[in-house]
Parts: sequence; C-alpha cells; structure tokens
Amino acid sequence: MTALLGPEISWYLAVSGFLFATGALGVLLRRNPLIVLLSLEIMLNGGNLALIGFSRNLGDGGGQIFALAVMAVAASEVVVGLGLVVALNRKRVTLDVDRLNTLRG
Amino acid sequence: MLIASAGNVLVWIVWIVAAFACLGSGIAVVSFSNPFYSALALIGNLGSLAVLYLLLNAEFVAAAQVLVYAGAVMVMFLFVIAYIGPRTESPWMGGPSWQAAGAVLAAGALLVEIVVVIGLKASGHLAHSEHVDRTFGTPAYIGRLFLTDHLLAFEITSIVLLVAAIGGVILGAHSRRSPEEVPSL
Repeated sequence: MTALLGPEISWYLAVSGFLFATGALGVLLRRNPLIVLLSLEIMLNGGNLALIGFSRNLGDGGGQIFALAVMAVAASEVVVGLGLVVALNRKRVTLDVDRLNTLRG
Repeated sequence: MLIASAGNVLVWIVWIVAAFACLGSGIAVVSFSNPFYSALALIGNLGSLAVLYLLLNAEFVAAAQVLVYAGAVMVMFLFVIAYIGPRTESPWMGGPSWQAAGAVLAAGALLVEIVVVIGLKASGHLAHSEHVDRTFGTPAYIGRLFLTDHLLAFEITSIVLLVAAIGGVILGAHSRRSPEEVPSL
C-alpha cells in the first residue's frame, strides 16, 4: 500500500481548472480553426487531469478508464476536425471561423 | 521517516516543474500566432501532463498519453499544418475588441465556476487520499478493469474509433474528386 507523496489532489485540480480555462480562452479567442482544435485538446486534457486526480483520491480505477475513453474520443474528434479543415482548404475557403458561416440559416 | 520526507520534497519539486511547464505551454498554445509553434507547445503540454499522471500512479495512462497524443495525434496535426501552409494570425489583432473582451470574461467565469464548485462539493475529502496497491494504474490493472467492469466502455470506444476512421476517409476522399471526373448523366 502506498500513500500519495507530494501535493494534495486539490493542487492537481487547480492545474486542471487553469488548463480548462486556458483552452476555453483559446477556443473563444482564436479564429484559425487549427488553433481552435489545439485549444480543444487542452480543454480535454484538463478534464483528463481532473479524472485521474479523483481516481487517485478515491483509489478507484474507473477514472483512469474514463480518461482513456476521453483520449479515444479526442483522437476521433481530431480526425474529423482535421478532415474538415483539409476539405475546406481544398475548396479554397478562407480558414477563419468567423467567416465560415455558409451553413447559417 | 527521513527517507519518506526526502521523497516528498522530490515529488514536490517534480510537481512544481511539471505544473508550471504545463500551464506555460498551455498559454503558449493559445498565444502563438503561428499554428506550427502552437502545435509544438502542445506537445510540451502533453509531455508535462504525462509527468503529472505518473505522480498520480497512472502509469498506463501516462504511457498512452505520450504514445497516442504526443505521438500519433500531434504528428497528424503537424502534417496538416504543413499541408495547408502556416497562416499566421495574431490573437490580439486590431486592439481590444468586444469579442476578445467577451472571450476573456467567459474563460474567467469558467475558471471561477470550476474553483467554486470543486471547493464547495469536493473539498471535504480532498485532503486525505486513499492508500492504493502497488498494482494501481499498471497495464495489467487497467486491462483487467477494461475487460471486466468496463467492457461496455471498451466496446463503445472501438465503435467510436471505427466511425471516426470512416468519417475521416469520407471527408478526405470526397473533396479530392474534381467535377470533371463525375460521370455525367
């Protein structure tokens, strides 16, 4: 049986919250869809850090399983997002999320 | 006791370095104007997160993080950025606009919300962490959980990955076809 060395879980949760807020700032602020996708990855990783922190805090492996599932979903999201970016680039559409309003009703 | 406290100090030092690298590279991803540099900063972010996962006894997740994220996903990102060409865009272009101010306000509100909710709901048991076995977080432990208690999550994950792979192929193949290749009726 091993105890948790170093900082308490709340420190990890603070880092996770800051990461999530940083990613949200990037998603809202940036106009390049590639950087929006990168910021989305930061948000997902902030969530993953909180999941793994709580998993360690409660001594339950379910949080790590959830984090691995989130990782798979993030990989899928990157595949679809980058496919869309490449398709838009082939159609010579400006890569600017403020101008991608063709589907607006 | 002395050895235990020396280990504690060492873990604190590693934690501080990893956490600051993590937050710094996260801010760098958001503020670099060139998406290539942003992607490189995100690789640093993912690496320092893997160190934090190791400190939390999540060895398998840390290894998967480095292999899947920093390896596969980021290589795909760098390929796409190289393919469509680096397009620089300054995040603070044209002075303070209402959009940038709204973004900063919304992100700050999210941060406050996270801190308040975790502080109110979870602060009671955060100070004391459970003692765990030495096997906690090892590949054998994760594999046993995946194939017993969480089998449904495992299978759904495989379907999600399959659907994403098919979607990627369709998105990539559809736009390659030029109009003249379409057989006319």
